[in-house]
Amino acid sequence: MTLYTSTVVTPRPRSRVWAKIGENTAYAIGLPIILVVIWGIWATVAPAQFFPSPAELLEAFVDTWIGPAFVTDVLPSLGRLAIGIVLSIVVGVVAGTLIGLNRWLRELLEPMLEFFRAVPPPVLLPIAVVLMGPTDAMKIVVIVIGSVWPILLNTIEGVRSTDSVMTETARSFALTRGEHLRYLVLPAASPRIMAGVRQSLSIALILMVISELGYSSSGLGYQIVFFQRNYLIAEMWSGILLLGLIGILLAAIFGLVERRVLRWYHGIKEVERA
Amino acid sequence: MATAAAVPAPVRRSPRQLRTLRKLALGAAGILGFLVTWQLLPTLGLVDPRYFPTATETLAQLGQEMRDLEFWRNVGRTLTAWGIGLVIATVLATVLGTVIGLVPFLRRATHTTVEFLRPIPSVALIPLAVLLYGYQLQAALIIIVFASFWQVFIQVLYGVADVDAVARDTARSFGLSRGSRIVNLVFPTALPYLMTGLRLAAAVALILAITAEMFIGNPGLGREIVFAQSAGNWPVVYALVIVTGLLGLLINLVFRAIERRSLAWHQSVRGEEVL
Amino acid sequence: MPETLRTAQTLLNVEHLRKVYESSTGNVEAIGDIGFRMDAGELVCIVGPSGCGKTTLLKCIAGLLKPTSGVVELGGRRVTAPPPNMALVFQEYGRSLYPWLTVRGNVELPLKHKKLSRADRDRLIDDALVAVGLDHAAKSYPWQLSGGMQQRVAIARAVAYQPEVLIMDEPFAAVDAQTRADLEDLVRTLHRERGMSILFVTHDIDESVYLGERVIVLSKSPTWVQEDLAIDLAPERDQITTRALPRFTELRTHVYEQIQRAKRGEAVRPEAA
Repeated sequence: MTLYTSTVVTPRPRSRVWAKIGENTAYAIGLPIILVVIWGIWATVAPAQFFPSPAELLEAFVDTWIGPAFVTDVLPSLGRLAIGIVLSIVVGVVAGTLIGLNRWLRELLEPMLEFFRAVPPPVLLPIAVVLMGPTDAMKIVVIVIGSVWPILLNTIEGVRSTDSVMTETARSFALTRGEHLRYLVLPAASPRIMAGVRQSLSIALILMVISELGYSSSGLGYQIVFFQRNYLIAEMWSGILLLGLIGILLAAIFGLVERRVLRWYHGIKEVERA
Repeated sequence: MATAAAVPAPVRRSPRQLRTLRKLALGAAGILGFLVTWQLLPTLGLVDPRYFPTATETLAQLGQEMRDLEFWRNVGRTLTAWGIGLVIATVLATVLGTVIGLVPFLRRATHTTVEFLRPIPSVALIPLAVLLYGYQLQAALIIIVFASFWQVFIQVLYGVADVDAVARDTARSFGLSRGSRIVNLVFPTALPYLMTGLRLAAAVALILAITAEMFIGNPGLGREIVFAQSAGNWPVVYALVIVTGLLGLLINLVFRAIERRSLAWHQSVRGEEVL
Repeated sequence: MPETLRTAQTLLNVEHLRKVYESSTGNVEAIGDIGFRMDAGELVCIVGPSGCGKTTLLKCIAGLLKPTSGVVELGGRRVTAPPPNMALVFQEYGRSLYPWLTVRGNVELPLKHKKLSRADRDRLIDDALVAVGLDHAAKSYPWQLSGGMQQRVAIARAVAYQPEVLIMDEPFAAVDAQTRADLEDLVRTLHRERGMSILFVTHDIDESVYLGERVIVLSKSPTWVQEDLAIDLAPERDQITTRALPRFTELRTHVYEQIQRAKRGEAVRPEAA
């Protein structure tokens, strides 16, 4: 019979640490590897016309995209995408702040904004093409028109819902309008704004592809369609793969930025959950 | 010293009613301002009137369309593709989301795969869809389902994971069976999330339905827009654009109402901001 | 302090303050007629029954709310907007401190638009943080700290601002009893060592007597000043000894009775000349 219990702290044996890392890696790549293997077997046993084998896909990927095509097609597309995203953020946040802070402006614009955000962005492509010609500017405009909405609307909501006690604190200390905006309104709205940016990233990627479908002679989207029309199946798939990778890259970059900008927000959430 | 009683004030509307009136008036003014600007831009030659008809022209064309039976058939086709795609995506996503969400092993194992497949823009699959099914409805459905699936799937995952630990322990201590727990605990918790996902998916499905019609060519509003554009029939183009906007608006309103209903009893609000 | 001996100048002057809230269901007279004076360097506490409009009064004094009628003067000037020589400490510290700023950042914020050199500003901030005992926590974020420490940050922020008058709206209501005792002593220390003029609103009767040099008792709504009581306890106060004094008990009982009368609506309002 023990009279007392003592807690003895033993350091975790090194093998346990490595086992944990191994476990995490297994989970991370386990299913993908299984899927690729199944896919490989299927392709060998029952080759389908429109589905290349993993080996073919990899080869096509390297051949197509690692080379001149990267510079002539991929980089310009990515460049337009980046400019479009940056413009969307700037326009969305600036306009959203103005509209969110001025009640009369918001009430004036609300019906029109609700309507415009409901218009499916691809539909505006024919109009943009004819008004601006098949230029880079047109493609960027299409990207912005579609991806500005989540940012704009989230900024409006975020700016509107500043905590009343925080606002009174600012007033009681007679903060200037600039300080009020910079140190209170915008930081308080930043979680919502970042949520909007995240949504707009996926929309921007879709519109980047769409803006090149049928109205372009170069670019990633154009190339994928080109491959399809010419029955270059493996190449087409490699383009799809590349798009997926770009999407992941975007999400990863966003994750990094968001974790930095919203460090305080995540901190609070952690404290609340504890 | 008590202040003298005020002279009875003239009857006036309460501040609240005034606010609502002002909101309506400003909103109407906004719409009016937009229409006037639209009318003026081509009239004054600020935009090329050949490619940018005035508001009156477009609205007149819209009126004409609404009298045309073929127009309504196209609306029906678009909504059919939208509807079928949405239903398939929702069923798939709910089932998969629930199963994966409830089994931690599956959740961990599928995490990387999900995060890889999710960002793929479904429009990238258009060439593949065309290869497989040509210009039929099925091609469009591939695109619609792929995009809408993720919206519902992610939400259901969150919803199933959001079951309150105390509630779960209570259910287990009362000896509720697994199935009963799912029905009485998991389902009500996940339902608001599902409704949010449904609203998001409905919007995405419409966009993709029309995109598919535009670039794959299955019959519907999207295809009509492309036809009108190549025929240079711009009033039709703009009229149909307005129609798609109205459709989108209608779908937004309906699903937002549905979502709000199901969120009524839930304490947290899942807005568009799922981080 | 007895009127005849008042030689210090009047800092805050409130006359015939009245506030009526209009709503669709009818008018609510939150404050009927409040008037009092506060001199520089005084620590005045305001108590009253629940719902008697203490917060409304404070907001009118702080320029955050426009009174229906009456006058609020700070340093001889009418208050129409938050005056620059006044600082507020709110009850809800969690919502008053900005979570995206560190402790130091929060204390620094109101100083940014005061024309001060970098060195002066830093000195004020460090000084304030030391005064509240948080100099080691300057780089933390408010949500990493306990409730009591967060309220200290709010106090430091007000102190660094160097206001002529510090207004505190039930600042310790949301804090546990032990922390509250520490914070009360902190307030008294700030008052005595820096000669700060403090207007302190509370619902805690003991606290009002322990802290104040004067206690103003408010009536039930529509509120007026039911009593302006001088607290003749020694300036050096201590949580244990002072609260054990017979005079303390007398005073707190008196205030308690006043509040009971206020709640029952028994006190009769003297008709002003």
